[in-house]
Amino acid sequence: MTDARSGNKLLSYVLLVVLGFAMVYPLIWLVVSSFKTNADIFGSSSLFAGSYVTDSYAKGWAGTGQYGFKDFFLNTFVLVVPTVIFTIVSSVVVAYGFARFRFPLQTILFSLMMATLMLPDSTIMIPRYILFNKMGWLDTYLPFIVPAAFATSAFFVYMLIQFFRGLPRELDESAKIDGCNSFTILIRILLPLCKPAIFSVGIFQFIWTWNDFFNSIIYISSVKKFTVSLGLRMTLDASSAVSWNQVLAMSVVSIVPCIILFFMAQKYFVEGISTTGLKG
Amino acid sequence: MSLKKRNYQYVGLLYVLPWVVGLLVFQFYPFLSSFYYSFTDFNMVSAPTFVGLDNYKKILTDDPGFLQALKVTTIYVLMAVPVKLAFALFIALILSAKLRGINFFRTMYYLPSILGGSVAISVLWRFLFMKDGVVNGMTGALGLPAVDWLGDPDIALYTLGMLSVWQFGSSMVLFLAGLKQIPGDLYEAGAIDGASKTRLFFTITVPLLTPIVLFNLIMQMVNAFQEFTGAFVITNGGPMKSTYLYALKLYEEAFTFFKMGYASALSWVLFVIIMIVTAIIFKSSTYWVHYEDGGKGK
Repeated sequence: MTDARSGNKLLSYVLLVVLGFAMVYPLIWLVVSSFKTNADIFGSSSLFAGSYVTDSYAKGWAGTGQYGFKDFFLNTFVLVVPTVIFTIVSSVVVAYGFARFRFPLQTILFSLMMATLMLPDSTIMIPRYILFNKMGWLDTYLPFIVPAAFATSAFFVYMLIQFFRGLPRELDESAKIDGCNSFTILIRILLPLCKPAIFSVGIFQFIWTWNDFFNSIIYISSVKKFTVSLGLRMTLDASSAVSWNQVLAMSVVSIVPCIILFFMAQKYFVEGISTTGLKG
Repeated sequence: MSLKKRNYQYVGLLYVLPWVVGLLVFQFYPFLSSFYYSFTDFNMVSAPTFVGLDNYKKILTDDPGFLQALKVTTIYVLMAVPVKLAFALFIALILSAKLRGINFFRTMYYLPSILGGSVAISVLWRFLFMKDGVVNGMTGALGLPAVDWLGDPDIALYTLGMLSVWQFGSSMVLFLAGLKQIPGDLYEAGAIDGASKTRLFFTITVPLLTPIVLFNLIMQMVNAFQEFTGAFVITNGGPMKSTYLYALKLYEEAFTFFKMGYASALSWVLFVIIMIVTAIIFKSSTYWVHYEDGGKGK
């Protein structure tokens, strides 16, 4: 290796470390500051403080009103888990249909699906709201859960179609000879092979739904049913100057599920996003 | 062709049926009816009344809020999207060199993309960039004057833009995947022909990455036009409406004033703008996007 080359490498490393640190620093600050006193949160450039408190978590978790973060967490799980499951089931079935069969209008339907990938949510948001209002679904989690059961996220369907296409068709053929019908081929043969793709879909949908704020604020109005995002915003707005560390503590808590999921299933993220994006 | 027809497997239709229903009910119907509502006056209490082009006329000639939102959003898109993509590409290029620990760095850079859209991160941004917040604390320690990151109308929008740029990880992962796909023998062949590293970069790497640039550009542009959470939670459109993004205007008309007809018209104006920008990008792409397979895709 020449000197210039190793110099280049060193430069790359220095750059990566410095920039990476700058990227993650806000998150580190968030965690450390959630243990600081309010006086130390402001006006200090230093990451560490003279003294630390731990009651910010217990107090923030309990909340000030009738409902606390225990409720918001439970609510969010009640919303997110069915949404994720329905998304996975419906997207797998639809993707299987597109990837493995030839049927009338297939090309047109496929193009329509790709078109919805680009359809801005803001264009359909108002009539959807009116529709859900007519159905009496406002202030429930149905506006999240029901559309998920109909494979409305083209992104996921497309991701799975790409994945199915990568599985050899000979698998289907031999299973057919062994007496499988199209549905048992999907369940017994293809599904076990799809695990990575299914994980990707589930993880992405979990995190997106978990973090979703816009739909939550539109559809959910009673504090009793608030999700974590809504609860956090309420805490932020209601906080007197004394309880900033509680706001930070609850911010930390609210991103913990996503962080855990992210680190547990990192490779699925990268795989998922690359299979979809590349062929776009 | 007739042979193909006989080979249809109608069971396939059965599998895609849930999606067809979802498309019709949750996407196609709302799409068309928002077009219809845009010509009406509708407050969700009484029935919609048809008002012709009045909503559009008002938007285009008599709504300072619309003009402000359009201006702010345009600046936001023009600033946040290119900077984000440039960052994503730059870091992807560094990471694609065979360095040790690439997975570690990739994780570190990707993490903000996972969390960025959440209220928690908006809260964090608000704290970091408060007047006596940590960012000013750091710049102050370096002897720089304090900046009112969120309170100065000339700066607040850029502070929100930084939040978007911070989430460059997902675009970066796409670039990385694209870089991996470039066959190594192309570089070997180039090197044998005596091309320099710089030359290889501009004649092989850059052209082969352009399809991914196009994809990222369009996706990020469509998202940026609809950005909501940060502007709503961090600055709530202020100060002096300097972060009054289009989605905030839309939210206000629809869900604060319940002017559903007017808001629908606003949403269609945004839709048309996004479509025009997309069309321009696609049109221009014939000049700068390189397709190895002659553009047949898949």
